[in-house]
Amino acid sequence: MHSAIRKPKLGSDKVVSMSEAISDSVKSGSSVLIDGFTHLICFAAGHEIIRQQIRNLTAIRLTPDLVYDQMIEAGCVSKLVFSWAGNPGVGSLHALRRRSQGDSPSRIELEEYTHFGMVARLLAGSAGLPFWPLKNFEGSSIVDFSSGIKFIECPFTGERVAAVSALHPDVGILHCQRADKEGNAQVWGLFGTQREVAFSCKKLIVVAEEIVDSSVIRRDPNRTLVPGIVVDHVVHEPWGCHPSYVQGYYDRDNDFYVKWEEISRDTTTYAKYLDEFVFSVRDRSEYLKKMGSGLMDRLKAKPRMCEGVDYGY
Amino acid sequence: MDTKWTPSEMMAVRAAQELKNGEVVFVGIGLPNLACNLARATHAPELFMIYESGAVGTVPSRVPVSIGDPTLVTDSLSIVSQADIFQLYLQGGLIEVGFLGGAQVDRFGNINTTVIGDYKQPKVRLPGSGGACEIAVHSQRLLIMMRMNPKAFVEKCDFVTSPGHRFRAKHESPQNDKTRKDLGLAGAGPMVVITDLGVCEFVDGEMTLTEVYPGIKVEQVKAQCGWPIKIAAQLREPAPPEAGVLELLRNKLDPQRLFLG
Repeated sequence: MHSAIRKPKLGSDKVVSMSEAISDSVKSGSSVLIDGFTHLICFAAGHEIIRQQIRNLTAIRLTPDLVYDQMIEAGCVSKLVFSWAGNPGVGSLHALRRRSQGDSPSRIELEEYTHFGMVARLLAGSAGLPFWPLKNFEGSSIVDFSSGIKFIECPFTGERVAAVSALHPDVGILHCQRADKEGNAQVWGLFGTQREVAFSCKKLIVVAEEIVDSSVIRRDPNRTLVPGIVVDHVVHEPWGCHPSYVQGYYDRDNDFYVKWEEISRDTTTYAKYLDEFVFSVRDRSEYLKKMGSGLMDRLKAKPRMCEGVDYGY
Repeated sequence: MDTKWTPSEMMAVRAAQELKNGEVVFVGIGLPNLACNLARATHAPELFMIYESGAVGTVPSRVPVSIGDPTLVTDSLSIVSQADIFQLYLQGGLIEVGFLGGAQVDRFGNINTTVIGDYKQPKVRLPGSGGACEIAVHSQRLLIMMRMNPKAFVEKCDFVTSPGHRFRAKHESPQNDKTRKDLGLAGAGPMVVITDLGVCEFVDGEMTLTEVYPGIKVEQVKAQCGWPIKIAAQLREPAPPEAGVLELLRNKLDPQRLFLG
Protein backbone atom coordinates (compact mmCIF):
# COMPACT_ATOMS: atom_id res chain seq x y z
CA MET A 1 0.00 0.00 0.00
CA HIS A 2 1.29 3.41 -0.87
CA SER A 3 0.15 5.91 1.73
CA ALA A 4 0.63 9.00 -0.40
CA ILE A 5 -0.96 11.98 1.28
CA ARG A 6 -0.92 14.15 -1.78
CA LYS A 7 -1.05 14.16 -5.54
CA PRO A 8 1.03 16.38 -7.81
CA LYS A 9 -0.64 19.76 -8.13
CA LEU A 10 -0.97 20.82 -11.74
CA GLY A 11 -2.02 24.20 -13.09
CA SER A 12 -0.15 26.98 -14.80
CA ASP A 13 -1.66 29.90 -12.85
CA LYS A 14 -2.31 29.41 -9.14
CA VAL A 15 -2.17 33.07 -8.15
CA VAL A 16 -4.98 34.17 -5.81
CA SER A 17 -5.38 36.83 -3.12
CA MET A 18 -4.31 36.05 0.46
CA SER A 19 -7.95 36.17 1.50
CA GLU A 20 -8.91 33.54 -1.11
CA ALA A 21 -5.91 31.32 -0.32
CA ILE A 22 -6.74 31.28 3.40
CA SER A 23 -10.50 30.82 3.07
CA ASP A 24 -10.02 27.96 0.61
CA SER A 25 -7.36 26.12 2.67
CA VAL A 26 -7.69 26.86 6.38
CA LYS A 27 -10.87 25.55 7.99
CA SER A 28 -12.05 25.45 11.56
CA GLY A 29 -10.17 22.55 13.20
CA SER A 30 -7.31 22.54 10.64
CA SER A 31 -3.69 22.01 11.60
CA VAL A 32 -1.68 24.91 10.19
CA LEU A 33 2.03 25.52 9.85
CA ILE A 34 3.09 29.06 8.95
CA ASP A 35 6.81 28.43 8.51
CA GLY A 36 9.82 30.67 9.14
CA PHE A 37 12.69 30.85 11.59
CA THR A 38 13.22 34.54 12.37
CA HIS A 39 13.46 34.89 8.56
CA LEU A 40 10.45 34.61 6.21
CA ILE A 41 7.66 34.48 8.80
CA CYS A 42 4.50 35.39 6.92
CA PHE A 43 2.66 37.75 9.26
CA ALA A 44 0.27 38.62 6.42
CA ALA A 45 -1.08 35.04 6.43
CA GLY A 46 -1.52 34.97 10.22
CA HIS A 47 -3.33 38.30 10.15
CA GLU A 48 -5.69 37.04 7.44
CA ILE A 49 -6.50 33.94 9.55
CA ILE A 50 -7.32 36.27 12.45
CA ARG A 51 -9.50 38.48 10.24
CA GLN A 52 -11.43 35.47 8.99
CA GLN A 53 -11.87 34.40 12.64
CA ILE A 54 -11.07 30.77 11.94
CA ARG A 55 -11.30 28.74 15.16
CA ASN A 56 -9.91 25.60 16.83
CA LEU A 57 -6.69 25.55 14.86
CA THR A 58 -3.75 23.37 15.76
CA ALA A 59 -0.85 25.76 15.17
CA ILE A 60 2.46 24.06 14.41
CA ARG A 61 5.98 25.54 14.18
CA LEU A 62 9.37 25.08 15.83
CA THR A 63 9.28 28.68 17.00
CA PRO A 64 5.80 30.06 17.49
CA ASP A 65 6.49 33.77 17.62
CA LEU A 66 4.56 37.02 17.66
CA VAL A 67 2.13 36.13 14.88
CA TYR A 68 1.20 32.80 16.52
CA ASP A 69 0.78 34.66 19.80
CA GLN A 70 -1.55 37.10 18.03
CA MET A 71 -3.56 34.17 16.62
CA ILE A 72 -3.77 32.76 20.16
CA GLU A 73 -4.90 36.10 21.63
CA ALA A 74 -7.51 36.42 18.87
CA GLY A 75 -8.99 33.04 19.84
CA CYS A 76 -8.02 31.11 16.69
CA VAL A 77 -5.81 28.45 18.31
CA SER A 78 -6.82 25.55 20.54
CA LYS A 79 -3.58 23.56 20.37
CA LEU A 80 0.08 24.44 19.84
CA VAL A 81 2.75 21.98 18.63
CA PHE A 82 6.20 23.54 19.05
CA SER A 83 9.74 23.42 20.40
CA TRP A 84 10.56 27.00 21.51
CA ALA A 85 7.97 29.65 22.29
CA GLY A 86 9.22 33.14 23.00
CA ASN A 87 10.14 36.55 21.62
CA PRO A 88 13.84 35.87 20.89
CA GLY A 89 16.20 37.97 22.95
CA VAL A 90 13.30 40.06 24.28
CA GLY A 91 10.81 38.14 26.42
CA SER A 92 7.75 35.95 26.55
CA LEU A 93 4.76 35.32 24.36
CA HIS A 94 2.17 36.79 26.66
CA ALA A 95 -1.04 35.49 25.08
CA LEU A 96 0.43 31.99 25.27
CA ARG A 97 1.63 32.52 28.81
CA ARG A 98 -1.82 33.68 29.89
CA ARG A 99 -3.23 30.42 28.55
CA SER A 100 -0.61 27.91 29.65
CA GLN A 101 -0.01 28.39 33.36
CA GLY A 102 -1.62 26.74 36.39
CA ASP A 103 -3.51 29.92 37.23
CA SER A 104 -4.76 30.58 33.68
CA PRO A 105 -8.57 30.87 33.43
CA SER A 106 -8.55 29.26 29.96
CA ARG A 107 -5.88 26.97 28.58
CA ILE A 108 -4.74 25.83 25.18
CA GLU A 109 -3.29 22.36 24.67
CA LEU A 110 0.49 22.16 24.28
CA GLU A 111 2.48 19.39 22.61
CA GLU A 112 6.19 20.06 22.75
CA TYR A 113 9.39 18.67 21.33
CA THR A 114 12.89 20.01 20.77
CA HIS A 115 13.97 21.72 17.54
CA PHE A 116 15.68 18.54 16.34
CA GLY A 117 12.57 16.56 17.31
CA MET A 118 10.30 18.85 15.26
CA VAL A 119 12.70 18.83 12.30
CA ALA A 120 12.77 15.01 12.43
CA ARG A 121 8.95 14.83 12.52
CA LEU A 122 8.82 17.00 9.39
CA LEU A 123 11.54 14.92 7.71
CA ALA A 124 9.43 11.79 8.26
CA GLY A 125 6.35 13.56 6.94
CA SER A 126 8.12 14.87 3.87
CA ALA A 127 9.72 11.51 3.04
CA GLY A 128 6.52 9.50 3.43
CA LEU A 129 7.86 7.54 6.41
CA PRO A 130 5.89 6.79 9.60
CA PHE A 131 8.72 7.91 11.89
CA TRP A 132 12.27 9.29 11.89
CA PRO A 133 15.18 8.02 13.98
CA LEU A 134 17.52 10.34 15.87
CA LYS A 135 19.96 10.26 18.75
CA ASN A 136 18.38 12.53 21.32
CA PHE A 137 16.20 13.02 24.41
CA GLU A 138 17.98 10.57 26.77
CA GLY A 139 18.13 12.09 30.24
CA SER A 140 15.53 14.75 29.39
CA SER A 141 12.05 14.99 30.98
CA ILE A 142 10.65 15.76 27.52
CA VAL A 143 10.18 12.03 26.86
CA ASP A 144 7.85 11.76 29.88
CA PHE A 145 5.33 14.22 28.44
CA SER A 146 5.50 13.99 24.66
CA SER A 147 3.34 11.39 22.96
CA GLY A 148 5.31 11.55 19.72
CA ILE A 149 8.66 10.33 21.13
CA LYS A 150 9.58 6.66 21.63
CA PHE A 151 12.80 4.65 21.82
CA ILE A 152 13.53 1.81 19.42
CA GLU A 153 16.32 -0.67 18.82
CA CYS A 154 18.41 -0.39 15.68
CA PRO A 155 17.68 -3.58 13.64
CA PHE A 156 21.35 -3.83 12.61
CA THR A 157 23.41 -2.89 15.67
CA GLY A 158 20.90 -3.20 18.51
CA GLU A 159 21.70 0.38 19.52
CA ARG A 160 18.92 2.25 21.30
CA VAL A 161 17.79 5.31 19.33
CA ALA A 162 14.90 7.74 19.65
CA ALA A 163 12.09 7.89 17.11
CA VAL A 164 9.53 10.62 16.49
CA SER A 165 6.24 10.31 14.65
CA ALA A 166 5.65 11.84 11.21
CA LEU A 167 3.99 15.23 10.98
CA HIS A 168 1.48 16.03 8.22
CA PRO A 169 -0.05 19.47 8.75
CA ASP A 170 -3.28 20.11 6.87
CA VAL A 171 -1.99 23.43 5.57
CA GLY A 172 1.53 24.79 5.16
CA ILE A 173 2.29 28.44 4.41
CA LEU A 174 5.73 29.41 3.12
CA HIS A 175 7.07 32.85 2.30
CA CYS A 176 9.75 33.20 -0.37
CA GLN A 177 11.60 35.89 -2.29
CA ARG A 178 10.20 34.95 -5.68
CA ALA A 179 7.97 32.41 -7.35
CA ASP A 180 6.36 31.92 -10.73
CA LYS A 181 2.60 31.49 -11.20
CA GLU A 182 2.88 27.70 -10.89
CA GLY A 183 4.44 28.06 -7.45
CA ASN A 184 8.04 27.18 -8.26
CA ALA A 185 9.64 29.06 -5.39
CA GLN A 186 13.15 30.38 -4.98
CA VAL A 187 14.55 31.16 -1.57
CA TRP A 188 17.90 32.46 -0.35
CA GLY A 189 19.18 33.25 3.10
CA LEU A 190 17.97 31.11 6.02
CA PHE A 191 15.43 28.52 4.88
CA GLY A 192 15.04 26.51 8.09
CA THR A 193 12.47 23.77 7.58
CA GLN A 194 10.82 25.10 4.42
CA ARG A 195 11.70 22.14 2.22
CA GLU A 196 10.39 19.59 4.72
CA VAL A 197 7.26 21.66 5.34
CA ALA A 198 6.59 21.92 1.59
CA PHE A 199 6.69 18.15 1.17
CA SER A 200 4.85 17.13 4.36
CA CYS A 201 1.73 19.36 4.22
CA LYS A 202 -1.51 18.25 2.64
CA LYS A 203 -2.10 21.73 1.21
CA LEU A 204 0.55 24.34 0.52
CA ILE A 205 0.33 28.10 0.04
CA VAL A 206 3.41 29.86 -1.32
CA VAL A 207 3.58 33.60 -0.62
CA ALA A 208 6.09 35.59 -2.65
CA GLU A 209 7.62 39.05 -2.49
CA GLU A 210 7.71 38.97 -6.29
CA ILE A 211 5.96 36.92 -8.96
CA VAL A 212 8.39 36.32 -11.80
CA ASP A 213 8.28 34.71 -15.21
CA SER A 214 9.15 30.99 -15.23
CA SER A 215 12.22 31.81 -17.33
CA VAL A 216 13.71 33.63 -14.31
CA ILE A 217 13.29 30.47 -12.22
CA ARG A 218 14.74 28.27 -14.95
CA ARG A 219 17.86 30.40 -15.34
CA ASP A 220 18.87 29.47 -11.76
CA PRO A 221 17.31 26.06 -10.96
CA ASN A 222 19.64 25.32 -8.02
CA ARG A 223 17.89 28.08 -6.09
CA THR A 224 14.41 26.53 -6.42
CA LEU A 225 13.56 25.12 -2.99
CA VAL A 226 9.92 24.23 -3.63
CA PRO A 227 8.60 22.86 -6.94
CA GLY A 228 5.20 24.00 -8.19
CA ILE A 229 3.89 20.42 -8.20
CA VAL A 230 3.46 20.54 -4.41
CA VAL A 231 1.88 24.01 -4.37
CA ASP A 232 -1.88 24.69 -4.25
CA HIS A 233 -1.97 28.49 -4.14
CA VAL A 234 0.44 31.31 -4.94
CA VAL A 235 -0.03 34.70 -3.26
CA HIS A 236 1.79 37.89 -4.22
CA GLU A 237 2.35 39.81 -0.98
CA PRO A 238 5.21 42.35 -0.92
CA TRP A 239 6.39 43.14 2.63
CA GLY A 240 4.23 40.20 3.76
CA CYS A 241 6.66 39.26 6.52
CA HIS A 242 7.01 42.55 8.40
CA PRO A 243 8.11 42.73 11.28
CA SER A 244 10.00 39.56 10.29
CA TYR A 245 12.36 39.99 7.35
CA VAL A 246 13.20 38.87 3.83
CA GLN A 247 16.88 38.70 2.89
CA GLY A 248 17.64 41.10 0.07
CA TYR A 249 14.28 42.88 0.47
CA TYR A 250 13.88 44.27 4.00
CA ASP A 251 15.49 43.96 7.43
CA ARG A 252 13.92 42.61 10.59
CA ASP A 253 12.06 45.32 12.52
CA ASN A 254 13.92 44.68 15.77
CA ASP A 255 12.46 47.84 17.34
CA PHE A 256 8.99 46.39 16.91
CA TYR A 257 9.97 43.09 18.55
CA VAL A 258 11.28 45.05 21.54
CA LYS A 259 8.17 47.26 21.68
CA TRP A 260 5.95 44.18 21.43
CA GLU A 261 6.91 43.11 24.95
CA GLU A 262 5.09 46.15 26.32
CA ILE A 263 2.13 45.98 23.92
CA SER A 264 1.45 42.30 24.57
CA ARG A 265 1.92 42.28 28.34
CA ASP A 266 -1.35 44.15 28.81
CA THR A 267 -4.58 42.72 27.37
CA THR A 268 -5.99 46.20 26.66
CA THR A 269 -3.05 47.40 24.57
CA TYR A 270 -2.92 43.95 22.93
CA ALA A 271 -6.59 44.21 21.88
CA LYS A 272 -6.01 47.75 20.65
CA TYR A 273 -3.09 46.58 18.49
CA LEU A 274 -5.12 43.75 16.93
CA ASP A 275 -8.01 46.10 16.29
CA GLU A 276 -5.86 48.76 14.67
CA PHE A 277 -3.41 46.68 12.62
CA VAL A 278 -5.37 43.49 11.89
CA PHE A 279 -9.16 43.89 12.13
CA SER A 280 -9.35 47.49 10.89
CA VAL A 281 -7.31 46.88 7.76
CA ARG A 282 -8.67 44.94 4.81
CA ASP A 283 -5.41 43.42 3.64
CA ARG A 284 -1.63 43.75 3.66
CA SER A 285 -1.54 46.79 1.41
CA GLU A 286 -3.74 48.70 3.88
CA TYR A 287 -1.50 47.55 6.74
CA LEU A 288 1.50 48.95 4.86
CA LYS A 289 -0.27 52.24 4.20
CA LYS A 290 -0.95 52.48 7.92
CA MET A 291 2.73 51.87 8.66
CA GLY A 292 3.66 54.80 6.41
CA SER A 293 6.59 55.26 4.08
CA GLY A 294 8.97 55.72 7.04
CA LEU A 295 8.87 51.98 7.58
CA MET A 296 10.20 51.19 4.14
CA ASP A 297 12.87 53.89 4.32
CA ARG A 298 14.03 52.44 7.64
CA LEU A 299 14.05 48.75 6.73
CA LYS A 300 14.61 48.44 2.98
CA ALA A 301 17.64 46.21 2.37
CA LYS A 302 20.83 47.64 0.94
CA PRO A 303 21.82 45.67 -2.17
CA ARG A 304 24.45 42.97 -1.85
CA MET A 305 24.57 41.06 -5.14
CA CYS A 306 26.40 37.78 -5.76
CA GLU A 307 28.08 37.02 -9.07
CA GLY A 308 25.86 34.17 -10.26
CA VAL A 309 27.12 30.95 -11.85
CA ASP A 310 27.60 29.45 -15.29
CA TYR A 311 25.03 26.74 -16.10
CA GLY A 312 26.51 26.13 -19.56
CA TYR A 313 27.68 22.78 -20.86
CA MET B 1 36.54 55.19 30.16
CA ASP B 2 35.19 53.61 33.33
CA THR B 3 37.17 50.41 33.91
CA LYS B 4 34.81 49.24 36.64
CA TRP B 5 33.21 46.16 35.12
CA THR B 6 29.68 44.82 35.56
CA PRO B 7 28.93 41.13 36.29
CA SER B 8 27.51 40.69 32.76
CA GLU B 9 30.66 42.11 31.22
CA MET B 10 32.81 39.78 33.31
CA MET B 11 30.64 36.82 32.24
CA ALA B 12 31.05 37.67 28.55
CA VAL B 13 34.81 38.13 28.94
CA ARG B 14 35.29 34.96 30.98
CA ALA B 15 33.16 32.91 28.57
CA ALA B 16 35.10 34.23 25.57
CA GLN B 17 38.31 32.96 27.20
CA GLU B 18 36.93 29.41 27.11
CA LEU B 19 36.93 29.49 23.31
CA LYS B 20 40.04 28.56 21.36
CA ASN B 21 40.90 29.98 17.98
CA GLY B 22 39.58 27.75 15.18
CA GLU B 23 37.11 25.85 17.33
CA VAL B 24 33.69 24.97 15.96
CA VAL B 25 31.09 26.52 18.25
CA PHE B 26 27.31 26.30 18.25
CA VAL B 27 26.21 29.81 19.20
CA GLY B 28 23.09 30.51 21.24
CA ILE B 29 21.13 33.70 21.88
CA GLY B 30 21.92 36.30 24.54
CA LEU B 31 25.25 36.46 26.38
CA PRO B 32 26.76 33.39 24.61
CA ASN B 33 26.24 35.20 21.32
CA LEU B 34 28.13 38.21 22.70
CA ALA B 35 30.90 36.02 24.18
CA CYS B 36 31.50 34.28 20.85
CA ASN B 37 31.61 37.55 18.94
CA LEU B 38 33.99 38.97 21.57
CA ALA B 39 36.30 35.97 21.21
CA ARG B 40 36.28 36.44 17.44
CA ALA B 41 37.13 40.13 17.81
CA THR B 42 40.04 39.37 20.18
CA HIS B 43 42.03 36.13 20.55
CA ALA B 44 40.03 33.82 18.28
CA PRO B 45 39.55 35.49 14.86
CA GLU B 46 39.16 32.08 13.22
CA LEU B 47 36.40 30.91 15.58
CA PHE B 48 34.03 28.84 13.45
CA MET B 49 30.52 29.90 14.44
CA ILE B 50 27.43 27.87 13.60
CA TYR B 51 23.89 29.00 14.43
CA GLU B 52 20.92 26.65 14.74
CA SER B 53 19.05 28.81 12.21
CA GLY B 54 21.25 27.27 9.48
CA ALA B 55 24.12 29.76 9.18
CA VAL B 56 27.56 28.12 9.03
CA GLY B 57 30.90 29.91 9.28
CA THR B 58 29.36 33.29 10.07
CA VAL B 59 31.17 36.65 10.21
CA PRO B 60 28.46 39.03 11.48
CA SER B 61 29.23 42.70 10.87
CA ARG B 62 26.77 43.74 13.59
CA VAL B 63 26.03 41.75 16.74
CA PRO B 64 23.04 39.61 15.78
CA VAL B 65 19.97 40.48 17.84
CA SER B 66 18.53 37.02 17.23
CA ILE B 67 20.06 33.77 16.04
CA GLY B 68 18.30 34.26 12.72
CA ASP B 69 19.62 37.76 12.01
CA PRO B 70 20.31 38.56 8.32
CA THR B 71 23.87 39.64 9.18
CA LEU B 72 24.62 35.95 9.86
CA VAL B 73 23.85 35.14 6.24
CA THR B 74 25.86 37.87 4.50
CA ASP B 75 29.44 36.64 3.91
CA SER B 76 28.89 33.32 5.75
CA LEU B 77 30.44 30.14 4.34
CA SER B 78 27.25 28.18 3.90
CA ILE B 79 23.52 28.38 4.53
CA VAL B 80 21.92 25.00 5.19
CA SER B 81 18.55 23.61 6.26
CA GLN B 82 17.87 22.99 9.93
CA ALA B 83 17.67 19.28 9.10
CA ASP B 84 21.31 19.58 8.03
CA ILE B 85 22.29 21.63 11.09
CA PHE B 86 20.90 19.08 13.55
CA GLN B 87 21.65 15.88 11.65
CA LEU B 88 24.92 16.51 9.79
CA TYR B 89 26.62 19.11 11.97
CA LEU B 90 25.37 18.42 15.52
CA GLN B 91 24.44 14.70 15.51
CA GLY B 92 27.31 14.10 13.10
CA GLY B 93 29.71 15.19 15.85
CA LEU B 94 31.21 18.33 14.29
CA ILE B 95 30.30 20.71 17.13
CA GLU B 96 33.17 21.12 19.57
CA VAL B 97 31.58 23.65 21.91
CA GLY B 98 27.96 24.33 22.80
CA PHE B 99 26.55 27.07 25.03
CA LEU B 100 23.45 26.91 27.20
CA GLY B 101 21.72 28.94 29.86
CA GLY B 102 18.43 28.39 31.62
CA ALA B 103 16.03 29.19 34.43
CA GLN B 104 17.30 26.37 36.67
CA VAL B 105 20.45 24.25 36.88
CA ASP B 106 21.23 21.50 39.41
CA ARG B 107 24.56 20.29 40.81
CA PHE B 108 24.96 17.81 37.93
CA GLY B 109 24.46 20.42 35.24
CA ASN B 110 20.93 19.37 34.29
CA ILE B 111 19.17 22.45 32.92
CA ASN B 112 15.53 23.53 32.92
CA THR B 113 14.15 25.93 30.32
CA THR B 114 10.63 24.48 30.18
CA VAL B 115 8.48 25.16 33.27
CA ILE B 116 8.71 26.32 36.88
CA GLY B 117 6.50 24.07 38.98
CA ASP B 118 4.51 21.07 37.83
CA TYR B 119 4.61 20.43 34.07
CA LYS B 120 0.84 20.13 33.73
CA GLN B 121 0.04 23.04 36.08
CA PRO B 122 3.10 25.28 35.76
CA LYS B 123 3.67 28.31 37.91
CA VAL B 124 5.66 29.84 35.06
CA ARG B 125 5.65 28.61 31.49
CA LEU B 126 9.12 29.10 29.94
CA PRO B 127 10.03 28.92 26.21
CA GLY B 128 10.95 25.20 26.13
CA SER B 129 13.95 23.35 24.70
CA GLY B 130 14.51 24.83 21.30
CA GLY B 131 17.80 23.22 20.34
CA ALA B 132 19.03 23.02 23.94
CA CYS B 133 18.41 19.31 24.59
CA GLU B 134 20.29 18.15 21.49
CA ILE B 135 23.08 20.66 22.10
CA ALA B 136 23.51 19.19 25.60
CA VAL B 137 23.49 15.66 24.15
CA HIS B 138 25.88 16.17 21.24
CA SER B 139 28.30 19.07 21.81
CA GLN B 140 31.75 17.68 22.51
CA ARG B 141 31.84 20.02 25.47
CA LEU B 142 29.21 22.30 26.92
CA LEU B 143 29.57 25.69 28.58
CA ILE B 144 26.79 26.99 30.81
CA MET B 145 26.22 30.71 31.42
CA MET B 146 23.82 31.62 34.24
CA ARG B 147 23.48 34.26 36.93
CA MET B 148 23.53 32.75 40.42
CA ASN B 149 20.62 32.87 42.82
CA PRO B 150 19.03 30.15 44.98
CA LYS B 151 15.99 29.92 42.67
CA ALA B 152 18.22 29.27 39.66
CA PHE B 153 20.88 27.01 41.23
CA VAL B 154 18.54 24.40 42.68
CA GLU B 155 18.83 21.06 44.45
CA LYS B 156 16.49 19.56 41.84
CA CYS B 157 15.23 21.00 38.55
CA ASP B 158 11.43 21.11 38.20
CA PHE B 159 11.93 19.72 34.68
CA VAL B 160 15.13 18.53 33.00
CA THR B 161 15.11 20.02 29.51
CA SER B 162 18.80 19.41 28.77
CA PRO B 163 20.78 16.54 30.27
CA GLY B 164 23.89 17.16 32.40
CA HIS B 165 26.01 14.48 34.08
CA ARG B 166 23.70 12.37 36.23
CA PHE B 167 20.08 11.32 35.95
CA ARG B 168 17.48 9.88 38.26
CA ALA B 169 14.44 8.16 36.79
CA LYS B 170 11.08 8.83 38.44
CA HIS B 171 10.77 7.08 41.84
CA GLU B 172 14.39 5.87 41.73
CA SER B 173 16.92 6.27 44.54
CA PRO B 174 20.28 8.07 44.17
CA GLN B 175 22.31 4.83 44.05
CA ASN B 176 20.53 4.01 40.77
CA ASP B 177 21.57 7.31 39.19
CA LYS B 178 22.60 6.94 35.58
CA THR B 179 25.60 8.61 33.95
CA ARG B 180 25.98 10.02 30.45
CA LYS B 181 27.86 6.87 29.54
CA ASP B 182 25.00 4.67 30.79
CA LEU B 183 22.60 6.58 28.54
CA GLY B 184 24.97 6.64 25.58
CA LEU B 185 25.10 10.44 25.31
CA ALA B 186 27.63 11.42 22.66
CA GLY B 187 29.17 14.59 24.10
CA ALA B 188 31.17 15.03 27.30
CA GLY B 189 28.47 17.23 28.86
CA PRO B 190 28.85 20.45 30.87
CA MET B 191 32.46 21.41 31.56
CA VAL B 192 32.19 24.91 33.00
CA VAL B 193 29.50 27.13 34.51
CA ILE B 194 30.19 30.83 34.07
CA THR B 195 28.19 32.86 36.58
CA ASP B 196 28.04 36.50 37.63
CA LEU B 197 30.07 35.74 40.79
CA GLY B 198 32.58 33.14 39.68
CA VAL B 199 33.21 30.01 37.67
CA CYS B 200 32.43 26.35 38.45
CA GLU B 201 33.83 23.18 36.93
CA PHE B 202 32.49 19.64 37.15
CA VAL B 203 34.48 17.22 39.30
CA ASP B 204 33.17 13.64 38.98
CA GLY B 205 30.10 15.14 37.39
CA GLU B 206 29.38 17.52 40.28
CA MET B 207 29.52 21.31 40.07
CA THR B 208 32.50 22.64 42.06
CA LEU B 209 33.39 26.30 42.55
CA THR B 210 36.89 26.90 41.15
CA GLU B 211 37.06 30.68 40.59
CA VAL B 212 35.64 33.77 42.24
CA TYR B 213 35.76 37.15 40.54
CA PRO B 214 37.81 40.00 42.02
CA GLY B 215 35.99 41.47 45.01
CA ILE B 216 33.60 38.50 45.43
CA LYS B 217 33.70 36.38 48.59
CA VAL B 218 33.08 32.63 48.71
CA GLU B 219 30.30 33.22 51.24
CA GLN B 220 28.41 35.30 48.64
CA VAL B 221 28.59 32.41 46.19
CA LYS B 222 27.39 29.92 48.82
CA ALA B 223 24.48 32.19 49.71
CA GLN B 224 23.32 32.29 46.10
CA CYS B 225 23.40 28.51 45.60
CA GLY B 226 20.45 26.29 46.50
CA TRP B 227 22.61 23.38 47.71
CA PRO B 228 25.86 23.24 49.71
CA ILE B 229 28.15 23.74 46.74
CA LYS B 230 31.56 22.04 46.69
CA ILE B 231 34.51 24.43 46.80
CA ALA B 232 37.84 23.61 45.16
CA ALA B 233 40.84 23.45 47.49
CA GLN B 234 42.71 25.94 45.31
CA LEU B 235 40.35 28.80 44.42
CA ARG B 236 41.52 31.01 41.57
CA GLU B 237 40.77 34.64 40.81
CA PRO B 238 40.54 35.62 37.12
CA ALA B 239 42.06 38.92 36.06
CA PRO B 240 39.54 41.75 35.65
CA PRO B 241 38.59 42.61 32.04
CA GLU B 242 41.17 44.78 30.25
CA ALA B 243 40.16 48.32 29.33
CA GLY B 244 40.43 47.59 25.60
CA VAL B 245 38.12 44.59 25.91
CA LEU B 246 35.57 46.61 27.88
CA GLU B 247 35.68 49.31 25.26
CA LEU B 248 35.08 46.74 22.52
CA LEU B 249 32.10 45.28 24.41
CA ARG B 250 30.53 48.62 25.25
CA ASN B 251 31.15 50.63 22.12
CA LYS B 252 31.28 48.11 19.31
CA LEU B 253 29.71 44.77 20.22
CA ASP B 254 26.72 45.79 22.34
CA PRO B 255 26.33 49.58 22.32
CA GLN B 256 22.58 49.27 23.05
CA ARG B 257 23.37 46.93 25.97
CA LEU B 258 20.88 44.38 24.62
CA PHE B 259 22.81 41.53 26.24
CA LEU B 260 24.89 43.35 28.83
CA GLY B 261 21.75 44.81 30.42
